[in-house]
Amino acid sequence: MQEKLKLVINKIGIPRAIIISFLILLFVGAFYYDLSIQMLLSDTLVRLGMNGVLVLAMVPSILSGTGLNFGLPLGVICGIIGGLISIEMDLEGFTAISVAMLISVPLSVITGYFYGLLLNKVKGSEMTVATYVGFSVASLMCIGWLFLPFRSPELVFAIAGSGLRQTITLSGRFDKILDQFLAFDVAGVTIPTGSLLFLGLCCFIIGLFLKSRLGIAMKAVGENERFAVASGLSVDRGRIIGTVVSTVLGGIGIIVYAQSYGFFQLYQAPLMMAFPAVAAILIGGASTKNAKISHVLLGTLMFQTLLIVALPVANKMVPEGNLSEVARVIVSYGFILYALTQAGGGE
Amino acid sequence: MNHGTILEMRNIEKDYFGNKVLKGVNLTVKPGEIHALLGENGAGKSTLMNILFGMPVIHTTGGFNGEVTFNGSPVALKSPREAMDIGIGMVHQEFMLIPGFTVTENIKLNREITKHNAVSRVLGDSMKSLNMTQMEKDARKALDTLGIGIDEWAKVAGLPVGYMQFVEIAREIDKQNIKLLVFDEPTAVLTESEADTLLQAMKKIADSGIAILFITHRLDEVMSVADNITILRDGELVAALKKEETNVTQLAELMVGRKIEKMAQRDHDLGDDSNIVLKIRNLEVEMPGEEVKGIDLDIRKGEIIGLGGLAGQGKIGIANGIMGLYPATGEVELSGRQIELNNPKASLTNGLAFVSEDRRGVGLLLDSSIELNIVITAMQMKEMFLKKLAFFEQADAKHIREHALKMIEDLDIRCRGPQQLTRRLSGGNQQKVCIARALTLSPNVLFVSEPTRGIDIGAKKLVLDLLVKLNKEMGMTIIMTSSELGELRSICDRIAIITEGKVEGILSPDDSDANFGLMMAGEYKKVHGKEAV
Repeated sequence: MQEKLKLVINKIGIPRAIIISFLILLFVGAFYYDLSIQMLLSDTLVRLGMNGVLVLAMVPSILSGTGLNFGLPLGVICGIIGGLISIEMDLEGFTAISVAMLISVPLSVITGYFYGLLLNKVKGSEMTVATYVGFSVASLMCIGWLFLPFRSPELVFAIAGSGLRQTITLSGRFDKILDQFLAFDVAGVTIPTGSLLFLGLCCFIIGLFLKSRLGIAMKAVGENERFAVASGLSVDRGRIIGTVVSTVLGGIGIIVYAQSYGFFQLYQAPLMMAFPAVAAILIGGASTKNAKISHVLLGTLMFQTLLIVALPVANKMVPEGNLSEVARVIVSYGFILYALTQAGGGE
Repeated sequence: MNHGTILEMRNIEKDYFGNKVLKGVNLTVKPGEIHALLGENGAGKSTLMNILFGMPVIHTTGGFNGEVTFNGSPVALKSPREAMDIGIGMVHQEFMLIPGFTVTENIKLNREITKHNAVSRVLGDSMKSLNMTQMEKDARKALDTLGIGIDEWAKVAGLPVGYMQFVEIAREIDKQNIKLLVFDEPTAVLTESEADTLLQAMKKIADSGIAILFITHRLDEVMSVADNITILRDGELVAALKKEETNVTQLAELMVGRKIEKMAQRDHDLGDDSNIVLKIRNLEVEMPGEEVKGIDLDIRKGEIIGLGGLAGQGKIGIANGIMGLYPATGEVELSGRQIELNNPKASLTNGLAFVSEDRRGVGLLLDSSIELNIVITAMQMKEMFLKKLAFFEQADAKHIREHALKMIEDLDIRCRGPQQLTRRLSGGNQQKVCIARALTLSPNVLFVSEPTRGIDIGAKKLVLDLLVKLNKEMGMTIIMTSSELGELRSICDRIAIITEGKVEGILSPDDSDANFGLMMAGEYKKVHGKEAV
């Protein structure tokens, strides 16, 4: 028994084992406080579909050697613009979300290309530079949102008549459209089939891409630049490909996120989009050098479950005021931090 | 004093993991003499010096046998620090200087002369201020001893490379108790006139009573300054001679010697230049530490040609330059077609392949599978092993697996299967994976650099046999670069010796040891006159 346990822990890695144990503890707490386990599980699945694509965006950037894509807000902004244009065109339902994605892709490709050029100039400190690129572009867009020539009354400030709103609601457009597509209940747990299928599709396509000639070239560049050069590959090109694919996934990811959330959030919101995605993939077992699709799925599931289950349990444990929220944040992030320092395993 | 010797090393033996690198070496140095220590790369010179200095690498690998006597009393040095304390100094090959400090500060580093000030009287010695005047005087004196006109207040950063060497030496002779000074190839980076100054300085130092142990490859320098000469080869002491008793040719012969028996019996038919497959003209390569300065070489179809020479002379740079890994100029023609330089893709698609000397750094994707490592270059450059699927060109897993299994069998790669990560393979098997990748490109000409570096003796033979087999059975032209002359002589048809970035000459493997030694030391043309070319 003990040996079996050791084998399992070795397989998933100690950090994952710690977090999973903590999660089990939380579920026990939830059960003890009489919280609806079904509700929690449903929420978890929704959150998996909601965040999965954004986390997946980390994979190409890690594999191409530019590290974690802290510049994710760039893709996010492209995705938001795609979504806004589809609303401006007064589209609804699946047409709206498809058009939003289709518009976001070319925007992301162009943005990602220039972003990739920039990252090639700062080899060795991509992640720091990327963070500030994300910050500055998101901040610049705070001005941009005010001046973009959108006219639809759903988008602009009602009184001023121009300038985009802080929060743009998607009800009547594509609110929950993927979550509710083919959704069904199993023992009281709602399965958001559409979102999960879409995440699966994205993972499948990225999986194919990673096994393609282009994808293999990109991975070789990321794993060993000198090897890549000796094999006649262009290092800069491989890194740009990784950045472009990552940015495109960021754009599509925010649209999936928004349909589930029900809103597009503008201005300051894209600023911090990269951090939960980074946390999720690291928890899933990726490093700044290596990432797999399994890391994306496992990481997103664990990270989101942690956030979802910890809040109501903490609320029940410490019912008064703000203290529960503070305690939850400290404990949850503390566990993540601790888990990540226990490197190793998980091969 | 023990019969006037300063250093005696007796019966020194050392092995690294069962591999004997020193087999009972003796070394005796008298005060005030210049003693030259000669030997090829890997002859054991560095190991002997590591023992003398008590380097940690010796102790972590199980210590050594034999005794060391310094200044009349037996010593067992445990760290370089102790060696310094008893009066052994070292002039390093790589400069250990702080660029932002002045010459004086570098010379006096950690041995600063200090004086008391108001603060230090209260807070203790670490607050003392520097006695700059005295320090500069000492530095000046040391520099004058060397006969070099560097300003003691200049910053090291701006000095020419040659001068840095003198600062290093000045630092050593400034130490009060110094009795033995080791020079590790001090002239390697110097110009001719700087080297002369240095040799003069060495004589002056020796005259002042300090013994000098002079490690070098340059035989003429040995003849001009050394009093006694010790020659090592393959960890064995081959000769201890007085300068008067010997000459350059004899030294060259002793240094090289005959090492390995013929591995594969080959009839070394030198052929002629009628069937040239690769023509190299005026090739210059800027590879740091292995610069190539204008090489002309014709490679005949179907031969194994060796590129030999000492480390740092440029032999490694040739293949790297032709394959586009380092900036190169010149002309390279493959079967009459010009190959574009500085473009690895052009070299690869035109039928050249390269097995790098830096196996783990350049040669392999260590965290990828054996099969991917074998096919990746062919896949990327020649679009092999692909199938169309929807909108991607997909890797053809079945085809890749078949090919990998065939290669694993043909080259006898010992592994758990084609999916194993190359990081987990032994050095010899990693090398075979590198060769398999090169073969997958089905090249006309194969460059192999240092194929046996860092792999054990059994595997060495397998790799060399493999190269011979490829050459014989597939008629592949192989250009093999190696620091091990014995290995080149055992399988090559011709051997070009590269010295100072140029072809010193081309020899047959059966040529005399003396000729090889002279060429490697760059003395061949001087001794044999014009006829050599």
